[in-house]
Amino acid sequence: MKLARIVSAIVLTGSLATLVACGGGEQREGASSAASRANNKPLTIKGSDTMVILGQRLAEEYMKANQGTVVQVNGGGSGTGIAALINGTVDLAQSSREMKEDEKAKAKQARGSDIVETPIALDALGVFVHSTNPVQTLTIAQVKDIYQGKVSNWNQVGGPDAPLVLYGRESSSGTYDYFREHVLEKGDFAPNVQTLQGTAAIINAVGQDKNGIGYGGIAYAKEVRAIAISAADKQPVAPSEATVADGTYPLSRKLYFYYSANAPERVTKFAQWALTPEAQALVTKVGYFPLTK
Amino acid sequence: MNRGRLLRNTAMTGVFSVAGWVAIVFIFLIFLFTFKETVGVLNAHTMKAFFLANPPVWQPTSDIPKLSLIPIILGTLKATVVGMLFACPVGVCAALFSSEFAPPRLREVIKPVIELLAGIPSVVMGFFALIVLATWLQDLFGFTYRLNAVNAGLALGFALVPIVYTISEDGLSAVPRAYREASFALGATRFQTAWKVVLPAAAPAVFASFVLAFGRAVGETMILLMAGGNAAITSLSLLDPLRTLSATIAAEMGEVVVGSEHYAALFFMGTLLFVITFVSNSMGQWVIARMQQRLQGATR
Repeated sequence: MKLARIVSAIVLTGSLATLVACGGGEQREGASSAASRANNKPLTIKGSDTMVILGQRLAEEYMKANQGTVVQVNGGGSGTGIAALINGTVDLAQSSREMKEDEKAKAKQARGSDIVETPIALDALGVFVHSTNPVQTLTIAQVKDIYQGKVSNWNQVGGPDAPLVLYGRESSSGTYDYFREHVLEKGDFAPNVQTLQGTAAIINAVGQDKNGIGYGGIAYAKEVRAIAISAADKQPVAPSEATVADGTYPLSRKLYFYYSANAPERVTKFAQWALTPEAQALVTKVGYFPLTK
Repeated sequence: MNRGRLLRNTAMTGVFSVAGWVAIVFIFLIFLFTFKETVGVLNAHTMKAFFLANPPVWQPTSDIPKLSLIPIILGTLKATVVGMLFACPVGVCAALFSSEFAPPRLREVIKPVIELLAGIPSVVMGFFALIVLATWLQDLFGFTYRLNAVNAGLALGFALVPIVYTISEDGLSAVPRAYREASFALGATRFQTAWKVVLPAAAPAVFASFVLAFGRAVGETMILLMAGGNAAITSLSLLDPLRTLSATIAAEMGEVVVGSEHYAALFFMGTLLFVITFVSNSMGQWVIARMQQRLQGATR
């Protein structure tokens, strides 16, 4: 009897956990859910964790401007979003990396039309350290050595005598892919990189860890310091709107919307709206950089 | 009228048996599915990649995928060991206290409260360990890594205490009064009676509680995903971050290419977990059933 009770408690725990994990995620719907909206099919968006905040703010503003539309934004990682787009479970994928050729081919096959790629913002990938860390600048080569485990102490890169504590992202993340490609030059991460779920978790961890170093979208940088980065033989550049816009900050990237060309109007309308000056102003407000024409 | 009642009886019996079968069939199908996805990789080549790769590295999305399960199995074991080392003594001592020493009124409070602990969602526990516990431990002991086996194992231990406690407590309470009275009659103190008479008499229940807690520990996902640091390091140190089987499945299943070796590796991990928890749970149930039989025999 008692055993039955504890077993049911465990099952309950499990199901609650699932509920919290699903519901407590970054899903946010329109403020009101009047019955009149019920027959309006919601626009579903999924993908990059880096872009979740951006997608949500855009969705909120869009729903305010277009009464009766419902836009749902979810995270999960760029790869997860793209996989969902291919499987047809979402209307639009947000991605912080370019879609690969084979993914485009698969999506074309599955959705019956080409995939439209719309860059909607610029983002700088920041390398974050604790605010008390004396290290001000790093070269890309140094960051690479740090994340490949060739360097294990801060004093090897001009800091105090303290071990380096590495934080990174799960392999489903577009940020992970971008970092691996542009910083590690497609090499492997050191095994002792602690992988956390989302940039916010990395910022939180680095904010509490005086020997920590992490990377992620610059929009999340609060209570940590983004280090000035220098490419080979160049001056170190701190991430800012000006340095990202003129291309001098070496780790900047585009953020994309992906949807199929035969998508219904609710999808294309939203994607086009995201490029209007009004929406681009939101991009700046969230902490990313508007596209430079 | 009689006929109507008969019909209703038959119908209801049908509904119940269908519900019963559905539950059984679901479990069977889940097992079948997991096993089916795994069976394709059960060959020498993949087993070598999983277990004998040197150096043992888990880098499934690298240009040359490296799929050694060694660091991940090691991580699972480390978390389980720390969790058990915390939960077993605490759970058993709490059970001894509430069954042997606590005044009846207090006991009425302790028992449901600890059992309630089992109802705390593991994400909440994981979140607590990630934000609060990790900082405490680091401030206290000066750990290099905030998220490590000690932190994750302790948080896991919190989740295991109610399992150890409830089953041990049931076992201790079921020890016949005559044992205690005989012990007191021989001049033993309360502590001596509890420690040397009651606890050994309830040993099978205590053992069963350990086995069931072990099964839960191995399969627990959310706490370790959040509090373990998720770094697949091959190290025996409890101060390093760890990555467990279940957390790896949770983190990577979302994006894995269906049919790839990485996909197969994740399913292989799932099968491994399934087998481990199946064996440990069956063992626990078997011991409990035997113990109940014995105790019933003794009191009769």
